[in-house]
Amino acid sequence: MTNAAADTTPAIEAFNLTKVYGSGNTEVVAMKDVSLTVARGEVVALLGPSGAGKSTLLTAIGLINPPTAGRIVIGGQPVMEADHALVDLRAFRRQHLGFIFQKSNLIPFLSAVENVQVALEINDVLPRPARSRAMELLDYLGVADRANNLPDALSGGQQQRVAVARALANEPSLILADEPTAALDSERGRQVMELFRKVAHERGAAVMVVTHDHRSLDVFDRHFEMEDGRLKNGTERNIEQ
Amino acid sequence: MNLATKDIRHNFGRFALTTVGIGLLLMIVMGMGGIYRGLIREATLLVEKIGADLWLVQGSTRGPFAEISRVPANLEDRARAVPGVAGARRFVSHTIQREHRGRPLRMVVQGLSWPEDRGAWIPLVAGRPLRQAHFETIADRSLGLPLGEKLKLGKDVYEVVGLTKGMVGSGGDGLCFFTVSDAVSIQFDVPGEGVRLERQARRARAEGQDIGRLQPLLLERAAGPASGIPALAPPQVSAVMVTLQPGADAAQVAATFATWPDIKVYSTQQQINLLLAGMVDKARRQLGLFRVLLIIISTIIMALIIYTLTLDKIHDIAMLKLMGARNGIIVGLILQQALLIGALGYGLAYWLGTFAFPKFPRLVVIETPDLLSLAAIVLGISVLSSLLGIWKAMSVEPNKVLS
Repeated sequence: MTNAAADTTPAIEAFNLTKVYGSGNTEVVAMKDVSLTVARGEVVALLGPSGAGKSTLLTAIGLINPPTAGRIVIGGQPVMEADHALVDLRAFRRQHLGFIFQKSNLIPFLSAVENVQVALEINDVLPRPARSRAMELLDYLGVADRANNLPDALSGGQQQRVAVARALANEPSLILADEPTAALDSERGRQVMELFRKVAHERGAAVMVVTHDHRSLDVFDRHFEMEDGRLKNGTERNIEQ
Repeated sequence: MNLATKDIRHNFGRFALTTVGIGLLLMIVMGMGGIYRGLIREATLLVEKIGADLWLVQGSTRGPFAEISRVPANLEDRARAVPGVAGARRFVSHTIQREHRGRPLRMVVQGLSWPEDRGAWIPLVAGRPLRQAHFETIADRSLGLPLGEKLKLGKDVYEVVGLTKGMVGSGGDGLCFFTVSDAVSIQFDVPGEGVRLERQARRARAEGQDIGRLQPLLLERAAGPASGIPALAPPQVSAVMVTLQPGADAAQVAATFATWPDIKVYSTQQQINLLLAGMVDKARRQLGLFRVLLIIISTIIMALIIYTLTLDKIHDIAMLKLMGARNGIIVGLILQQALLIGALGYGLAYWLGTFAFPKFPRLVVIETPDLLSLAAIVLGISVLSSLLGIWKAMSVEPNKVLS
């Protein structure tokens, strides 16, 4: 577990986030007055029907789709005030955030290990230690034997594991996952969800997962439900329940 | 990790084809420059190697390389009498196209002023200079005539006694050196029937005049060889070349010749300048424009290819941005590929050129300054062609990953 896990500062604090697309007659409110807090080492699920605003919330917190109003604080550092960035967003994402999507989005011309390595090199880690760290992560996620394969040669589950390794590469304080198991069968989907829990608890990263898969909800510490752009109250669960 | 080379390795086929295409285009650009240099070298070769200090040409003309020039052959003797002149030689040069062993043979007939000039100055790769006043020739290898080959031109047969390499005229045709009298014979050769008709015509003209009717001897001469008629001048030559004595003041000698109203005098450099300002200048401009067009086409093709390669990677670029990659990494990915295509294309162009250019019918001269300037141009077009791709990559948002 990293030092970050011992820190009591919340991983995410979102205050009154609102996202409006268009204006006038074409105005669409995708997210309305959403506030939430996620602690370090916590794994939370974001549930809700299509169009509820889950991905909008996730991308707003991920600093790739700024809110129209509201405030985002990550790891105690204010990063967005409405659509105004308070930090260098790209540098902040590089150092503090990890992303996983429905598709693995691995770079097709890089091998599995290089896909992880590139995330480290982007963060100024030298090639040799980056390679070594990438191999460690692949080993941790059980795909070290496929390290030199291109993404095309990997199964969907293996690709997603490499994507998780890439998201973990720079030891982010927050991992955001948008329907990461949608393209996987239920068994592999559950494996990935359990992996998130393992990562969060062992490495102290907060993990926020948008999912439709209610079968794996027991994996999460809490889940939030969204509907019509609004957040219902978060519900605490634990794995034993 | 170098993303550019990783991507190239992954898309090797497309990258290789692109590089070959660009390489072939650059080879043509390189070849155009070489053809231009070759034109200049071929055009000035004879003037530079023949070793004349001054050229005496027909008055009010610009000399045999620019237009038709006719001067009397005895100008050679007049020139020798001028103080400071070491020697004078007749210059006869004309292009002929005949048939030899069933194929067309196009050559520049070049007269050597026998006996002073036997072709000792000509760089031979085989054989020897001329040893007799008639029926011997020194031919350039490009004409395909071996040593000892017998060549029938007009009524006479000439033997190839020496061979040169790369001695061609301004039109790219191989030079063939004869004595001046042989060169003139070849130029003014008239078939036997033509000679007979001309003699009859002369006799008829003489009979129509009092002097012809009153002097039978004149009528008899009119029907005979032209050399027997003192009133007919010997054949004229194109120019007379003058060599100066060591230490002679060229300007002063030229000033003396300039006072002769029937001729005009040019230095060798002036003759070269006239040559380059005329025929070669137009070819230079034509080739120059063609090169510019090819460079523009190369740039557009490279830009389109780099742009397409970038579009193929746009999702990956968005992912890199999402992971926080700096612009430098993304610009580097695109720019390095463009530079690599340019550099490899350039290398390929040079390598292919070393095989292809010597097989061209005209001389292709690739000079280091031209290679360096083309390298700079390739560098420029590589950067320029990557701009469209870079712009596209810079404008993509990280959330493109979600689409």
